[in-house]
This record gives sequence, structure tokens and C-alpha cells, in this order.
Amino acid sequence: MSRSIGNKATSAQSENIQAMTNEQLIEQLTSANPDAVVKQGNQYPEITVAHDKLHAFMQNIKSNSSLAFDYLVCESGVDYPTYIQVVYHLESTTHKHFLVVKTNTENRETPVLDTVSDIWPTAEFHEDEIFDLLGITFTNHPHLRRLFLDETWGFPLRKDFHDDIHVVER
Amino acid sequence: MGITSKKEFEKNDFPIIEQYEGGSIILTQLDALVNWARSNSVWPLTFGTRCCAIEFMAVGASRHDMARFGYEVARATPRQADMIIISGSINYKMAPVLKRLYDQIADPKYVIAMGACAVSGGPFYYNSYSIVKGADHVIPVDIYVPGCPPRPEALLYAFLQLQKKIKKEKNFKKQLTK
Amino acid sequence: MAEIIEKIITTDEIKTDEYLVNIGPQHPSTHGVLRLLTKLEGEIVHNVEPHIGYIHSGIEKMTEALSYPQIVHLTDRMDYLSAHMNNEAVCLCVEDALQVEVPERVKYIRTIFDELQRLASHQLWWCASGMDLGALTAFFYGLRDREDILDIFEETCGARLTLNYSVPGGVMFDIHPNFQKSVKAFIKKFKKKLPEYDKLLTDNIIFQNRTKGVGILSKEDAIAYGVTGPTGRASGFSCDVRKHHPYSAYPYIKFDEKLGTDGDSFMRWKLRMLEMWESLNIIEQLIDNIPEGDYAVKMKGVIKLPEGEFYQRVETARGEFGVYIVSDGKKNPYRVKFRSPGFSNLFTINHIAKGWKIADLVAIMATFDLVIPDIDR
Repeated sequence: MSRSIGNKATSAQSENIQAMTNEQLIEQLTSANPDAVVKQGNQYPEITVAHDKLHAFMQNIKSNSSLAFDYLVCESGVDYPTYIQVVYHLESTTHKHFLVVKTNTENRETPVLDTVSDIWPTAEFHEDEIFDLLGITFTNHPHLRRLFLDETWGFPLRKDFHDDIHVVER
Repeated sequence: MGITSKKEFEKNDFPIIEQYEGGSIILTQLDALVNWARSNSVWPLTFGTRCCAIEFMAVGASRHDMARFGYEVARATPRQADMIIISGSINYKMAPVLKRLYDQIADPKYVIAMGACAVSGGPFYYNSYSIVKGADHVIPVDIYVPGCPPRPEALLYAFLQLQKKIKKEKNFKKQLTK
Repeated sequence: MAEIIEKIITTDEIKTDEYLVNIGPQHPSTHGVLRLLTKLEGEIVHNVEPHIGYIHSGIEKMTEALSYPQIVHLTDRMDYLSAHMNNEAVCLCVEDALQVEVPERVKYIRTIFDELQRLASHQLWWCASGMDLGALTAFFYGLRDREDILDIFEETCGARLTLNYSVPGGVMFDIHPNFQKSVKAFIKKFKKKLPEYDKLLTDNIIFQNRTKGVGILSKEDAIAYGVTGPTGRASGFSCDVRKHHPYSAYPYIKFDEKLGTDGDSFMRWKLRMLEMWESLNIIEQLIDNIPEGDYAVKMKGVIKLPEGEFYQRVETARGEFGVYIVSDGKKNPYRVKFRSPGFSNLFTINHIAKGWKIADLVAIMATFDLVIPDIDR
């Protein structure tokens, strides 16, 4: 049973919104990107893209008029044992469908990804935060800097971050 | 009284009034006068970092009025303030700023640590990497107010305790105990 | 002599330098510890660079060692003016993941508390912004009326600000027997006070001169920068989560989503005043119809989410707040990310404040309604 909470019919603001259902979205994305992994997650469709194809893919889903994902809701980084994953939550303001895009870095020692701040300006600051807390460097970023902490700190959101001086563990 | 010879008197540089019988009563009264004036007019600095700042604003508003205790205006600049109320958690990035603000306040200055975060780190004590576990690691604190956030009445009680503390200070008379 | 003076008065002749002015982190007008590095020429702003991190507490890292009910307690402290809505976001995410259906009574109670919290938040915004712009009377008016709402909260929840009332599965205790009566009395009283607020500031000619046409944010910029909440709606971006993805009791009520067209500071101000009226409208629809029933569903002692990822959005007083939980089946989450509305809203400041004077920068910051612990987490 797939719960399409993101595509639930709302209080009918206007009838001409053609939101794609999750199945239609998965179908279109699979046919357009045969080597990306598309599946239906717990709530929204999720697609995992290779990191070198990320920028072109993102450009495509924004400019494609039937997809039109113009609102980047959230960009987060998640640390896994062998790679770091960046998750993008995207929504279309015209069609009202929702998509989750994921991409993995090659390794954890020198994680590098392409920036999407030229496509969605809000990504500039989300990526600053991910750089600050997880250590991923974004290429072509206009001004990558540490937002919350400074250079003397490590990368706190990584699972192997251990700080005896500042942290009282429970 | 402790003074036995003129030489001792000159050495300790007491005010001339001390050598008379009952002269120290005048100093006590002077102390009381100065302390009364100081305690009834302590102006706080507008310094709020987290949720406790909202309760501090509520104390300044009309229901729990802090102006009736003399804490009339919250000054924005430390040069015109007498006291900092640390309302909210202090970060490792914010700690030098707090120290600089404290240094910029002219003597006599007082500090109230309001809320669990300022007292000891609060809900962020365990597993937080960037909160200082208590504002008294940065500046000396006079009164600690527990609560998360403390009720406005609790902060008013802290103000009264601070007034009591100020009234016990010895400015003139302390020379006698040297 | 007169010709020389006349010549010097035109600014083309006078060579001025750019200089940096540091606003904050301790400043009564930045609604928290925010540092704005402004590059000024005379009084005109050329560049504004926000520096944050002065209240960063590492909440996202802390959640990896806590259980889900304990995370609810921490979300109170992030955007403390919409504390209940933050709590509700985490509770809804957990309930959705476990496919738990809460009783109708809980939905109604949560929505009424949401709207009361929104009213309290907008009141505090109104009084703090009034104070920023120089109208100190607004400070006292707003806080005086906000105390009534805080009394209602205290009767039921025990706390004024950091409510911590929702738990996964329902609410912590049932509402106080006086709740409906107090809320109805408050609505009646507040309906008379709200026109006073308008008379004091919104209809004031000085205020209108300071905010009309200042700091315009276009609709495309609002979508591109992800600006939500009243700030985004003032530019025409229809982003109300209560309308597009309704949760709790919002599907059962009728209310309007107010949209603006200009996107200037005055529009953002007016929209929040209109939202206060809408909140009163919503509470009136719900307060008499609270269904009977349980106030919570019995959940297991140790809550474990199934493996996978879950995202829940709610509409707080500042915009869209999102909770993203990555779970690996254990009792602590693997990663929790909070999508805070202030984070996206703040960084448009540089884009819209260029070319305005420094006093206009204060007006823009006032109408953006930022709470910095929400941004820094």
C-alpha cells in the first residue's frame, strides 16, 4: 500500500493542477534516466542519481515543464559507513508533486559533489551548512564557508566525531 | 576600635572621622545610603539569546513590571548598563562576545544567570558539542535562577535577592577591617 | 562662495568610502543573536552579510542519542514562539511512520493550540517589530494581550512558553475544564483589541512611509530562495502547508489563505495582521465542536520506527517547518534534520536590502520575523 501523502487531494483550490501521482512520476523518471535507481519510499518516490550526473539531472527536472520542480524544500546530508549521502526534497509549485533525490559521494575521506546553487539559490546556504557539519566540498559554489563553527572544529555530524573536551556523553 | 597610635592611623589612611568614638557609625550610614541608591536603580543590558529572553521581555512588560523595582530601562549599550541578565544558552562562539560585553560595563556590575541553560547548560548538557555548560565559566555570576524558562515571578524574586545582596556591600567601612 | 557650496552639495563631487558596520550579535533589533556585516556608503546599504552560529547548539547531533518523546522536548527550544507546532511536527512524523491513527479529540485540541500559539507568536512579532521601528507603546500592548493566551496555556499544559504538550500518540493530559470558556472569552476580548493594533501602527502615516515599497521580494525570488510563511505569501507564493497538505483538524475547517501581490514590507506586515484574524476564525470553528474521546492512544513503552525515511511538514508562524527522520529500526533515530523556515528566509536579506538605507534594513528585518535559534538549531 503506497501512501501518497504528498499527493493527497487538498481542499480543491483550483481544478487545473495536474499533479502526477507517484506511479506516473516513477515511470517518467525511470524512462528518462535508465541508470538511476527509482523506487517508491515510505511516503514519496525516491531516486538515487550518480554524483557525476547530478547537475544535469537537476537541471532537467527543473526546466522540464511536466515536472517543473522549482522549489527546493530541504537539502540534508546523512553520514553512512562508506559514503556520505545528500538528500534533496523537491516540490513543484505548479503541479504540486513531490520528489526525493539522493546522491552519494564516492568516499568519506574526500567527499566532493557538484553544487546546485545555480539552479536553486537557496541551496547555496544549505550546502554551506552541509560543508560545515559534514565536510562535503561543493565544486563551483560561489562562496563556500563554515556557517556555524570555525576551522578549529571537526565535522560534528559525522558518526566518528568524538570530542572529549566539549561533549559530556550520556 | 583597633587604632592605638597616630602612626597606625596615618599608615592605614583612615578617614579622619574614624578616630572619634562612634565615628564608624557615620561610615555605616554612608554605606547604607550608597547601597540603597545602587540597589534601587540597577539597569539591565538587553541581552537575550534563547527562550528566556521572551520571559525577560514579559517581566519588562506591564503585568510583571520590573520598573517598579528600579530596573527601569533596559539599555542597549553596555556602557550605560549596570547588569547583565544572561537569558539563554551561551555558545563557544558567543562566549568571547559575552566576556567583552561584561568588560565594557563599568563597575559596580552584577550578573544574573537566568534559566537552566545559563546556570549549567540546561537541556543541552548531555551530548551537545557547542554549548558552554554554565555561563559562570565565562563571567562571574551573582544570582542563579533555575527554570526552563523560569516564571517571571522567579525572575522578580531574583531581582529582590540581588537588591539584598547589594545592600550588604561595604564600600567605605571595609577599610576598617584591613 | 555660494557657487562653490552649490557645487559641493551634489554627491557626485564628494568622494565617499565604503565602510563596514557590524550590527550585532548583541543588539535589541536583531531578534536573537545575529550578526549583520553591512557595507555602507553613507547611509546606503551595499552589501549585507549575515553571520550566524552564535546560538548553535548541535540539536541535530543530540537527537541521535535520544528517544522520540525526548526529541519532542528539544524541538520546543528551537523556534520557541511556535513551540507547539514544532512538537506537533515530530509527533505527526512518528505517528505517520507507525501508522497510528490518533483520536479526533486529539486532532481538534492540537489544532486549537496551534492557532493559539500562532496568535501569541504574531503578537510578540508585532510588539517587537513596533519596538524596532521606534513605537515603544506597541511593545506593551502586544505583551499585555499575549499574557491572556499564556494563562490559557498554563492552565492546561503547566508551562507558558515551552509547552511540550504533544506526545507521539496524542497529548499529555486532557484539557482543563475551563479551557473552552477561557478561549471563548479571550476571542471576544481580542476581537476588540485587534483593531486597536491596526489603528496604532498599520494605519499610521509615519509607519506606512517607512514600510511601503521597501524591500520588495518578487514571487520568483521567493520560490527560488524557498521563502515560506507570511513572508513568502506577501510576494504571491502560495505555500501554506495547512491548505496544500492539511494535517490534524485542518481538513475539517474552512479558512482563506491570504496572498499579497507587492512583496514589500508593508504587505508582509499587513498579511500577518490578517492572519491573526484568520486564526481567530479557525479557533471559533473548532472550539465548540471538540469531540469526546480519549486524549491519547496507548503507545509502546519504547518507540521504534520502521526502517526508512520520513518527512513531515507543518506550518509554523514563520513558515514551513519540516522534520526529516532517517531511521534504522532502533529506538534512537539515525539522523534527524529540521528544515527551519528562518534559514531560508534569512539569506534573502542581501538580495532585497541592497540600495536601501540602514533604517530600511531595520524595517525589513522586522517584517521578516526571524527567530535565530530556529536558524542555528
